[in-house]
Amino acid sequence: MTDMSFQVPYVRDQEAPRLPPPEGMVGIAHWLREGYFRSVGSGLVTLVLGALAVWIAWRVIDFAVLRAVWTGGSRDACLPAAGTAAGACWPFVADRFGQWLYGFYPIGERWRVNLCFLAGLMLIVPMLTPSFPWKMQNALLLLVVFPLFTLVMLTGGNFHLSIADYATTIGFLLFLTCLVPVWLLGLAQGLLRNKIGAWLAGVAFVLWLAWIFAGPEPVAIGGMAVPLLPVSILALLAVSAFLAVRLAIKGAGRPGIVVAANWGAVCLAALAILVFLDADFGLVTVETAQWGGLTLTLVVSVTGIIASLPLGILLALGRRSTMPVIRIVSICFIEVVRGLPLISVLFMASVMLPLFLPPGVNFDKLLRALIGVALFSSAYMAEVVRGGLQAIPKGQYEGAMSLGLSHWQTMIKIILPQALKIAIPNIVGNFISLFKDTTLVLVVGLFDLLGMAQTGLRDASWATPTTAPTGYLVLALIYWAFCFSMSRYATFTERRLNSARAR
Amino acid sequence: MKRLLVGAILSLGAIAILTAAEASAGTLDNVKKKGFVQCGVSQGTTGFSLPDAQNNWTGLDVDFCRAVASAIFGDPTKVKFSPLSAQDRFTALQSGEIDILSRTTTWTMSRDTSMGFLFAGTTFYDGQGFMVRKALGVDSALKLDGAAICVAPGTTTELNLNDYFKAHGMTFKGVVIEDQSQLRQAYDEGRCDVLTTDSSILYSERSALKAPGDHIVLPEVISKEPLGPLVRQGDDAWFNVVKWTYFALLDAEELGIKQSNVEDMKKSDNPEIRRVLGVADAGGAAPGFGPGIGLEEDWVAKIVKGVGNYGEIFARNVGSGTPLNIARGVNALWKDGGLQYAPPIR
Repeated sequence: MTDMSFQVPYVRDQEAPRLPPPEGMVGIAHWLREGYFRSVGSGLVTLVLGALAVWIAWRVIDFAVLRAVWTGGSRDACLPAAGTAAGACWPFVADRFGQWLYGFYPIGERWRVNLCFLAGLMLIVPMLTPSFPWKMQNALLLLVVFPLFTLVMLTGGNFHLSIADYATTIGFLLFLTCLVPVWLLGLAQGLLRNKIGAWLAGVAFVLWLAWIFAGPEPVAIGGMAVPLLPVSILALLAVSAFLAVRLAIKGAGRPGIVVAANWGAVCLAALAILVFLDADFGLVTVETAQWGGLTLTLVVSVTGIIASLPLGILLALGRRSTMPVIRIVSICFIEVVRGLPLISVLFMASVMLPLFLPPGVNFDKLLRALIGVALFSSAYMAEVVRGGLQAIPKGQYEGAMSLGLSHWQTMIKIILPQALKIAIPNIVGNFISLFKDTTLVLVVGLFDLLGMAQTGLRDASWATPTTAPTGYLVLALIYWAFCFSMSRYATFTERRLNSARAR
Repeated sequence: MKRLLVGAILSLGAIAILTAAEASAGTLDNVKKKGFVQCGVSQGTTGFSLPDAQNNWTGLDVDFCRAVASAIFGDPTKVKFSPLSAQDRFTALQSGEIDILSRTTTWTMSRDTSMGFLFAGTTFYDGQGFMVRKALGVDSALKLDGAAICVAPGTTTELNLNDYFKAHGMTFKGVVIEDQSQLRQAYDEGRCDVLTTDSSILYSERSALKAPGDHIVLPEVISKEPLGPLVRQGDDAWFNVVKWTYFALLDAEELGIKQSNVEDMKKSDNPEIRRVLGVADAGGAAPGFGPGIGLEEDWVAKIVKGVGNYGEIFARNVGSGTPLNIARGVNALWKDGGLQYAPPIR
């Protein structure tokens, strides 16, 4: 066995030619056989369901296209000739479509809705495209600037804020400023080292209560009516805020300066928002009662969606909190709201609420519905998020704790990203059902897309046997387009975030 | 997040401030001060209150509110309409959200008394009726013995139907369907011989049938549904304005004052017409009926100029020229054999 050579018998030095797959494993025939006619049973199912699908598609096309009426100005155009079956009545949809989109919004002002819609689209598309940069700025625009822009654009702005409104806001901001050292140095240190400031703020608070309940008259000083109490409250608060900021900068050094500066920016932004809402842009005022159609559907559902996620997360965390008060309050809220149908929440908001308010005081109807929808959906969202939280193994918490992360750091950096990822299908399911639930605002006298369309259907000048089917067909398509795109986007996100588990 | 919260709170506050209304003194004074009448209407009832494609509200109930606005402001467009659901409507009136409720609401004792409302009059006498095919050859509801009747379940309609047939010793086969449009479809497909509901609805249902001309509404009306505008109790001045606007519409029709001839009528020699239109007599003394209810002297002239008289409103919205094609019937003036009767303006 000595003359063993290392000659390799055979090594392929080029890639083997690719052989075509065996006969019968390619082409339409194979695809059909594998997918649709694998056995007698599957073949039968294919034939039956296929025939059904073709039949339904044919009926729809026949109704919506072939037999449809395309032009006309009244019901006479859509009435079938004797002995024939009528098709879709498109002139009716053409006549009413603007109203379906904008409701009773003045026709000359519809461009404002379009502008808001366009702005929303331009912010949402880059937000939802993962490869697009500047997510933080984009989110700020979408969640703060865009809602304000839409509010002013749709209502017309010019809210006629009084001096009292400005004073209240400034007072509130100054009061919150006293919490800056607490934020920086902790509750005990923040209050102890700022005794004078805390006392001043407390006195201001008591005076404010006195003003609310007693409401003394303004005092005449030098010919001018000076509301003495509010002015002194503001003065007290200003001194207290000054002390708080001084302590923050002195006591905490550089981080104190950063926090104080940030807080100052927030306060300035709040005041800027006030001025923005108060400004007169020359837009005609459009009351919320005139909003309607798809515009209203989107306003209600987007507000519900945007409000429900943070509220839902807070409620879910509250429900799992170790602090009994927070836990009990969260549980009570979630269980009470989940125990009520949305329609009754809306009824409460629109029928009961006005009876409790003093006569003559009317809370905006749309706002009532918005609050109702937001609270309702946040309770459901809380349960969905809690489901995600419960799926996170205990080791994740312990790992975070062993790294010395605080409760909020653990939640924001470790737990919530994983929990929300797990909960995505259900969160989107919630969004979709919320979008469709908005039709219930009809019971409180708001005309969403469905309500607007149904109103049009009651018009005797368009009453034909096919008017209603045509209208509902279009509505179904609109609702489906929105819900389906939401669901597709969720699938996309799910797949993208699932990279950890994908092989 | 903080910034978002502050923004949200402020915008909510702003809207709340925007919509906070003045506490009510008298409704008439409030209406004059705010410059328009807030009128509660339906969410869409053809012929009574319905928005068209240009967002204009039309209908009999709508025109009544326009008449009130004309009486106060001389301008029928100074109305804002609040579309209300059937459940919403009474709260809206109670809470002061609206000034008048004009929403095909039936005048009943409980609503007129214990619920705290006052009905100003009956702008439309409605009642349950029957629609049949002409081919059936029936001309009276008393010949409907044994018929299959389409009816909505659990309503007074069904109870009235039972009562009527029992009282006349007849039987019927009920085809009970909840949804109004499915009910119509069932009738159109021949699943029943008769369709019964309130006659105002019956006429609009007829216009949605495949061949409206092949169906007739029988003359019998088996229930009383007087529909009219209502206001809150405890504000007599406002109640008077609304009530006398209704009477003025009737009196104008009775005297032949129309939208087209109201200016000519002011020169009429008929003392009654002069009195109604607020024209001063030969001695120069104004009749003073308008100021008596807090309005101008020519309040009736303004109403008729704005919306026409009752007959014109009826014809325009539900009468023979419209798809509803409802005959005047009991809604004719008393002198034409109907029930519409107004006390004189003097």
